[in-house]
Amino acid sequence: MSSSFRSEEMCLAQLLFQTESAHNCISELGHLGLVQFKDLNPGVTAFQRRFVKEVKKCEKMERILRYLEKEMVKSSIVIAPTKEKEIVPCPRDVLELESTFEKLEQDLREINRNHVALRQNLSELMDIDSLLRMAEDFFEEAESLMSCSEPPSEDSMCMTVSSRITSRRNSSSSIIGPPYLGFIAGVIKQERFPAFEKVLWRLFHGNFVLRHAEIQATEELQTDRGLAKKDVFIIFVQGDHVREKVRKVCDGFHASLYSCPKTLHERKEMSNNIMTRMEDLRLILRRTEEYRAGVLMKAADHVHEWSSKVKKMKAIYYTLNLCNIDITQKLIVAEIWCSVSDLTLVHNALIKGSEQSGSSVTPVLNRIQTQQTPPTFNRTNSFTEGFQAIIDTYGVGTYQEINPAPYTTVTFPFLFAVMFGDCGHGLVMTLFAVWIVTQAERRYIILLMGMFSVYTGLIYNDCFSKSFNVFGSSWRVQPTFHPHGPWHNDTLHDCEHLQLDPVIPGVYSGVPYVFGIDPVWNIASNKLSFLNSFKMKMSVILGVSHMLFGVTLSLFNYAYFRNFQDVLIEFIPRMIFLLSLFGYLVLLILYKWCITVPSDVAPSILLLFINMMLFDYQSQHHLLYEGQKAVQICLVVTAVLMVPVMLMVKSFLVYRTYMKSRQPVFGNSLNDQHGADTRSSFSQHQSNETVSMSDIFVYQAIHTIEFCLGCISNTASYLRLWALSLAHAELSEVLWRMVLQVGLSFSSGMGSLMLALIFAAFAVLTVTVLLVMEGLSAFLHALRLHWVEFQNKFYEGSGYKFTPLSFDSLLKTQQ
Amino acid sequence: MASTTFVIAVSVMTVFWGLVGGVIPWFIPKGPNRGVIVTMLVLTAVCCYLFWLIAILAQLNPLLGPSLNNDTIWYLYHHWP
Repeated sequence: MSSSFRSEEMCLAQLLFQTESAHNCISELGHLGLVQFKDLNPGVTAFQRRFVKEVKKCEKMERILRYLEKEMVKSSIVIAPTKEKEIVPCPRDVLELESTFEKLEQDLREINRNHVALRQNLSELMDIDSLLRMAEDFFEEAESLMSCSEPPSEDSMCMTVSSRITSRRNSSSSIIGPPYLGFIAGVIKQERFPAFEKVLWRLFHGNFVLRHAEIQATEELQTDRGLAKKDVFIIFVQGDHVREKVRKVCDGFHASLYSCPKTLHERKEMSNNIMTRMEDLRLILRRTEEYRAGVLMKAADHVHEWSSKVKKMKAIYYTLNLCNIDITQKLIVAEIWCSVSDLTLVHNALIKGSEQSGSSVTPVLNRIQTQQTPPTFNRTNSFTEGFQAIIDTYGVGTYQEINPAPYTTVTFPFLFAVMFGDCGHGLVMTLFAVWIVTQAERRYIILLMGMFSVYTGLIYNDCFSKSFNVFGSSWRVQPTFHPHGPWHNDTLHDCEHLQLDPVIPGVYSGVPYVFGIDPVWNIASNKLSFLNSFKMKMSVILGVSHMLFGVTLSLFNYAYFRNFQDVLIEFIPRMIFLLSLFGYLVLLILYKWCITVPSDVAPSILLLFINMMLFDYQSQHHLLYEGQKAVQICLVVTAVLMVPVMLMVKSFLVYRTYMKSRQPVFGNSLNDQHGADTRSSFSQHQSNETVSMSDIFVYQAIHTIEFCLGCISNTASYLRLWALSLAHAELSEVLWRMVLQVGLSFSSGMGSLMLALIFAAFAVLTVTVLLVMEGLSAFLHALRLHWVEFQNKFYEGSGYKFTPLSFDSLLKTQQ
Repeated sequence: MASTTFVIAVSVMTVFWGLVGGVIPWFIPKGPNRGVIVTMLVLTAVCCYLFWLIAILAQLNPLLGPSLNNDTIWYLYHHWP
């Protein structure tokens, strides 16, 4: 299947079908999901389109459905999931559905309103109830105060009041007492109470009695008012006109006042009354809630089905808006982009749709030729989907250019793994990815990243910062000791660190560790000086290879578009430039690894390269091989020669073709009848050509500079492979040394408990810092390496994506 | 450098990745995904082989040796053959 390497071949087709069958045809195409409708009315605004009313109706229905769903969630009713695909209703059924929705909405709103009103009633009654009870307590308290002998001024008034009350109680007739002492009772929010008290104090200069108590919040009350606590208060004041003032103050503080009867008997009666009323209200509330739940549950069975039907209808009307309607002939004209290989499928779907609607005329599918650029369609399965998304985020490929996604499936996890490089962490990541893939079926990227990390971790010989010694190390210590070498036991006592010298025979066995880095480096204190050199060179080799691959892909692009001229004047100079400078660098690295050089005269590769570019050959013994000077001069000169080739040749060739095309037309136009016209039109053409000449020149200059300087900077940019793997290794080692090693070296009895705690800390830190943070960081850098360094060698990315009308993806995004 | 262990190791790895990248692709059944699978196999073989090769070549002729703690040296003296 070649379509994943390039975009599929797309064609523009014209569809003609009858208005009656339009609905069914489009719904069949929507279920198929292979067709993109072109907008045939681009100049028309959204409000002027033919089906705008229907779209609005669909949106209203969606709003009602959302309201229903919210209500269901509030009453925690489970919405049944949808089953198979439903048939989209025709326009007649739309009206029926609409009226059902409206009726449901009205019902629900009414129920909710009633509910709220009932609850408010209930809370008022509860306030009055608490008020009555508090009043009982106050009066009893006053009575008890009267019996003890405390003489503060407030209480004296209280006592006078309570004496009257007791006298009241003893006689069951109602005595108001002195007509100018009355009380006002009410309920106020607790937070406002101190301010309320202060205002009253200022008003009456302390000439009043105020008692308050908190209402014990019951379950029901709390659901009503949230957490606002309320207090009951009761004020005893003298005088009637003062009552007005008190009422005003109470109004100002939004306290609700209730009339509290003055006799015990009346209060008891009122209390009973209120109890019965509350019982009734509670019953009504329960019934209301049950009814509401019933309505919602009935709707819950259908809500999913309705919602998908409405979405499909909206999509169909939206699509119809894009087509041209020929009302007089009852015909709808649509233009679609679709893949050439899918044309038969589309045709079958259309026939099916027209059969369903019962129309006798079959729809017509014409393929038309066009100069417009088709959308880019890369067919993906669930595995390649993730990688294609990564590429598309940077830019959708130009139609029919090479698609880097299939190569990214391997190179991206590989570069990630080079930076992540720890087989223990890689194993954890792989297991995690396996679990995710069994659950969600889309995250294959993580699985691949984990598997490659295990491999690179094995080669770096790094597992939670420890090394495996499977094949036996290549370094030996015995040959350095007496009698073979210079060391004795005293040497060990004198120095802390001693370095093994590979020159002494036997120390280095001559055969490197066969799979990965030798385990002796893990216990060496100069591990980094070896690893840094290794990893830097590795990064350069991998980087140059990756870039060479990118440039090679551009060759495929040129070949596909039959652009052989560009192959000669762009691809070949680029390859020569890249290979002669950076290919040579890689060769130097490999050569230096393969030969034996005494370490004091071994030249540094970096210095060699710099001297090569600067033509600096003063010190003779800093060369690796015979004739190096001649070879290097040759290569640099070749590379430098390529620059003007890339810069000039293309512009020159374009100029030559334009000059050639100019000559014959000039000759003919003199004899031509429309001489003047052609000359004027050609002069326009000429000025266009001149403009585009300088354009081409500038374009070439920019690209040449970008490529040449880019080679150097991109090669250096690949050094991040070294940097990140170093960071990861160091972090991992720090975690071991500072956390787990401490835990493992406890010798006391408490050691096991401490070890458990410390291991927990180690695990948490490993997952958060090393796996998540380093993983994200390596992911990002691998992505950057792909997007910038690899893709700017060949990728244009200026296409637009193929977005077919597909009900599956519509419903999936909504869920 | 012409030691047998080295030759065996190099040939084993070369043959293995050569199989993965050069022989198995011929056996992938024709289907819509054949192209992608073949590309993946070849690229995996190339990347992994290259990575392993770099690691082994870098250690072929070392210019400096590991610098060890004296306790470690004492241990290695007695316990590594």
